[in-house]
Amino acid sequence: MNSLGVNIGETVVNIAVLVKQVPDTNSKIQISGDRVDLSTVKMDISPYDEFAVENALQHKESGGGTVTAITVGSAGADKVLKGVKALGVDNIIRLDCDSYMDSNALQSILAQEISSGGYDVVYCGKSAADTGAGSTGPGLAERLGWGSVSNITDITFDGGLTVTSPSEGGNAIISVTLPAVVSCDKGSTKVRKSNVKGIMMAKKAQVDVKAVAAPVSSVSIVSHMMPPAKPAGKKFEGGESAQTVAQLLRDEANII
Amino acid sequence: MSDTIVIAELSKGKMSHTTNELVTAANKLGTSCTVIVPCLDSSVATDASKISGVTKVIAAKSDVFASYDAAAWAEAIDTVAPSGTMITSASAQSKDLAARIAARRSISVVQDVISIDGTTLSTPIYSGKAIQNVSINGDAVISVRANIFPPSDNNGNCEMQVIDTTGNVSTAIKEMVQRASQRLDVSEANIIISGGRGMGTPANFSHLEEIADKLGAAVGASRAAVDTWDEIPHSMQVGQTGKTVNPNLYIAVGISGAIQHLAGMRSSKYIVAINKDADAPIFQHADYGIVATWEEALPVLSSSLSSLLG
Repeated sequence: MNSLGVNIGETVVNIAVLVKQVPDTNSKIQISGDRVDLSTVKMDISPYDEFAVENALQHKESGGGTVTAITVGSAGADKVLKGVKALGVDNIIRLDCDSYMDSNALQSILAQEISSGGYDVVYCGKSAADTGAGSTGPGLAERLGWGSVSNITDITFDGGLTVTSPSEGGNAIISVTLPAVVSCDKGSTKVRKSNVKGIMMAKKAQVDVKAVAAPVSSVSIVSHMMPPAKPAGKKFEGGESAQTVAQLLRDEANII
Repeated sequence: MSDTIVIAELSKGKMSHTTNELVTAANKLGTSCTVIVPCLDSSVATDASKISGVTKVIAAKSDVFASYDAAAWAEAIDTVAPSGTMITSASAQSKDLAARIAARRSISVVQDVISIDGTTLSTPIYSGKAIQNVSINGDAVISVRANIFPPSDNNGNCEMQVIDTTGNVSTAIKEMVQRASQRLDVSEANIIISGGRGMGTPANFSHLEEIADKLGAAVGASRAAVDTWDEIPHSMQVGQTGKTVNPNLYIAVGISGAIQHLAGMRSSKYIVAINKDADAPIFQHADYGIVATWEEALPVLSSSLSSLLG
């Protein structure tokens, strides 16, 4: 300990967690014109991001540190930041942007923010429920020159990090050296819920809104459309018809 | 159009059939196609030189390919790959790698491509509830879904080069835990049989397992089943917050067809639904629907499969 009573030997980890606002996964998606119309859709935090936030908070609780949640979007996305603030996140940052960015543009502005913030570790969901791409975690890590582990289902904090990640035929138990980006799947993690006190505090919290200068996107959206409708199938009554269906799988579908 | 580069997909150290599909996709995008084979031993790369439509094969030989480390793999592959648009499979690991290589080259990545028309690519969004068409300007890294593009045949013969390469490993695997069951994971399987809350109890999933074993299928579950029963792990969950799958055959048993679940399996080639409720939404997506309880239908299905499969 130093003269101020601060234990300087203790590592204080500077933790970032990336969160994204997406349509609730139970919602119907509709197209108007040639674009998805989200005007009547309920928006929420992307489900896997909840596990990223939980792991970030547990990381802090294991040995001290601060957790900063970062999102990219317009003012509407502040709701998601307030939601994670209520769970115990220390700081909330929104990189202000209202237009489509391709992965190169998005990861560039995130890499700038993570570099200037001096973070030791970044948590994110394994993919966002809108694009399902899962590019941000590994892409960000590459730009920062960091290691990364993806789709982790379990994590323990033992000075460093030990994570469980699916691998061909089973799971790999991997020891991760910081700095690193950790993308999180659901796994065995149980996420905490916010309480009234947390929600009240979050209401008053200020979102740190930052302007960004993103490089030009080389990928552009041409149109959205509904998936092609499937022709009507054959429907049978009663358990005995399973025999007919098995025969059709062989004779008509040629798959068994 | 510029050169295209395919990153070969390997399964258990052997060339995967998916690589042939990736070559078909590459030939839609460009005139020449270089296949990079990440390997410990370059002999596996000769399989790639036989795929029709391949111009050149580079066996990228390195110790880093013994186990997956995203940073090291991206560095090793980037070092040997020429510039151009790069194509990988859309397996979880290859999507991760695609994102890293794109970032390394400061170009964009487009994941889960299901159709290619000139420079316009289609990808499912909201887990397939809608399709997004994007156009790419310049080089990109593209991951392509399996079972979409017809595989290129093996009547080719092109030159092969072996290049030793290396990358910096930043994670260390302490231990590999093999799955207790020999059964495939839903993300790896060509046939999936899934159960929902209509199965009544988690113990009844044994009836699905019995059929899975006959078909060489994986056993999946709906979110309702995973949320209700601790015995059904999240790794089995098919749907928007589980795994998105597109097998040749998907059999849904006691699953009503919540939008969440449909999003994860609707692109399966053939769908069979067994449900006692004739109005269940799953029937709208089924090629073959059976209105019956699973107790009535599964024993019949099981014995019919036994006699068909001998």
